[in-house]
Amino acid sequence: MTAIARAPRSSVRPSSAPGSRPSLRARLIPTIILLIGAAYCLVPVAWVFSAMTKSRSELFTTFSFVPGTGLWENLSALFSYGGGQYGMWALNSLLYAGVGGVLSTLVSAMAGYALAKYEFRGRNLIFFTILGGVLIPGITLAIPQYLLLSQLGLAGGYLSVLLPLIISPFGIYLSRVYAASAIPSDIMEASRIDGASEWRIFRSMALPMMVPGMVTVFMLQFVGIWNNFLLPYVMLSDQESYPLTVGLYTLLSKGSGTPALYGLAITGAAISIVPLVLLMLFLQRFWRLDLLSGGLKG
Amino acid sequence: MSTSLATRPPVTGVRRQQPRRRRRRTIAPYVFLAPALVLFVVFMLVPILYAAYLSFQTYKLEGGGILGTRVQVFAGLENYIAVLTDPELGAGFGRLAVYGIISVPLTLGLALLFALLLDVQTVKAKRFSRIAIFIPYAVPGVVAALLWGFMYLPGTSPFSYLTKALGWGTIPFLDDPAIFGSIANIAVWGGVGFNMIIIYTALRGIPTEIYEAARIDGANEWQIALRIKVPLVVPALVLTGIFSLIGALQLYSEPMTLKPMTNEISQSWVPLMTIYKMAFITDDLPGAAALSVVLAVGTVLVSALVLWITNRKSTGAVS
Repeated sequence: MTAIARAPRSSVRPSSAPGSRPSLRARLIPTIILLIGAAYCLVPVAWVFSAMTKSRSELFTTFSFVPGTGLWENLSALFSYGGGQYGMWALNSLLYAGVGGVLSTLVSAMAGYALAKYEFRGRNLIFFTILGGVLIPGITLAIPQYLLLSQLGLAGGYLSVLLPLIISPFGIYLSRVYAASAIPSDIMEASRIDGASEWRIFRSMALPMMVPGMVTVFMLQFVGIWNNFLLPYVMLSDQESYPLTVGLYTLLSKGSGTPALYGLAITGAAISIVPLVLLMLFLQRFWRLDLLSGGLKG
Repeated sequence: MSTSLATRPPVTGVRRQQPRRRRRRTIAPYVFLAPALVLFVVFMLVPILYAAYLSFQTYKLEGGGILGTRVQVFAGLENYIAVLTDPELGAGFGRLAVYGIISVPLTLGLALLFALLLDVQTVKAKRFSRIAIFIPYAVPGVVAALLWGFMYLPGTSPFSYLTKALGWGTIPFLDDPAIFGSIANIAVWGGVGFNMIIIYTALRGIPTEIYEAARIDGANEWQIALRIKVPLVVPALVLTGIFSLIGALQLYSEPMTLKPMTNEISQSWVPLMTIYKMAFITDDLPGAAALSVVLAVGTVLVSALVLWITNRKSTGAVS
């Protein structure tokens, strides 16, 4: 996480003053507590990966963390279920989170840039109105959104899940904070004197400077949409357009009658974790989470 | 709109273009804001207003008999009274409160603890712990509930496997009192890592000179953590606190996912489940709208209250 290392702080942290060296026990306790926390967070993940290797009978009889013999069987059952529905769900999740995340990031970046770098009438009114949207639970909007979209004939389609998630008050807020600190106004002024259009200043100067902030907004939006359950659950009726969350939920709720589907739900849950964890491990070095913690002054 | 600006060739005669340039500058921010504003109005403002409008309506049968048509008429506060006096909904809010009282302080407390420990110089395996604690953030609530659900379910639980082997029987994770802890645990598990990273990042932003000064004055690490670090990360704590509160009020996917595994969770276990039930099962849209409005107003009030209290406290501490 170089983002954190980049935070303003001298890289060489002077060790504590001589003579006050803490005892071995005092030094070990923090490490042990953290490792307990790490174990707590990893146990369910370890459980699901060991459970996905178990055949149906092993699942209920052997100790959870002992691997079983049914991995291949579970995987082929999962990917052949309902004519390959699981693959569809995964692609849908990727589509909703990927396209929605990119669009949301761009819309937020443009809005945040305008709010940070221009003086214009209604600026504060617009900013605080949008900021108020942070406090409205997105989920409380789902039902009126459904009613409106069904009147427009859009409910049930891909757009009904994609469109409402593009607007992100929090993303706009973060973009504004980041743009305010990352883009020097005098460079904008200089480009204006050189004759660059406002759009060009945004595209070729401001946007590249905002990339680290935009990666953060993208990750937050991507994970938020990927993890969203209620909106697609409310909007969609066709199983073919479900994302993973709704698909796995239907598997599980059907599974209460037929334990065979438990195995599918477990294997499906395990597989669904992998891409997102990998993506996060890869992108975490680009995060600027000091955006969130108020480390940047807007 | 924006493409017309982009295709315009770069201007050369600076002075002559000045008035036009200034005008373009005044419309530029609105152009940049346009997509966000349109989406905000269509997908947030209009739904809120529509929900508010719908919450004052009701359906009446007109004409009577089988041929009667359902028409929408003004209902005044009828829906709100119905919603606020519904004992089952009151119980739902009660369950939500129990859940929130367990999950929010635990999430924040653990996040702060882990962040402070990560900031201790002598800690080993920092990177591993940080990433491991952060991983649940990438796991959707539904999947997290599914994982923990199987770890609670007597047939598949590793904990109950051990207690059974010891002859103590299974642990009733999914029965009445324990279910609150079980659901709160799913939220804590999912939320600690993200909040920890935010607080930790705030900690890294504190200049080390402050700690040096405190050490010279004879403060130990424990005192530095409590007296210097914690007060300095209060803004991050307020932010994570408000997000955790909003998240707690939106409790939905975890009980929904656990529902097939236990009889303890009804269709109206928490308010959001009631909203869903009203809207799509009992077809009482105005009631669902009224409850949505109540929940949204409640969230804004709770957040405002938290901000007000913390503002008062922190300004009080300064003076």
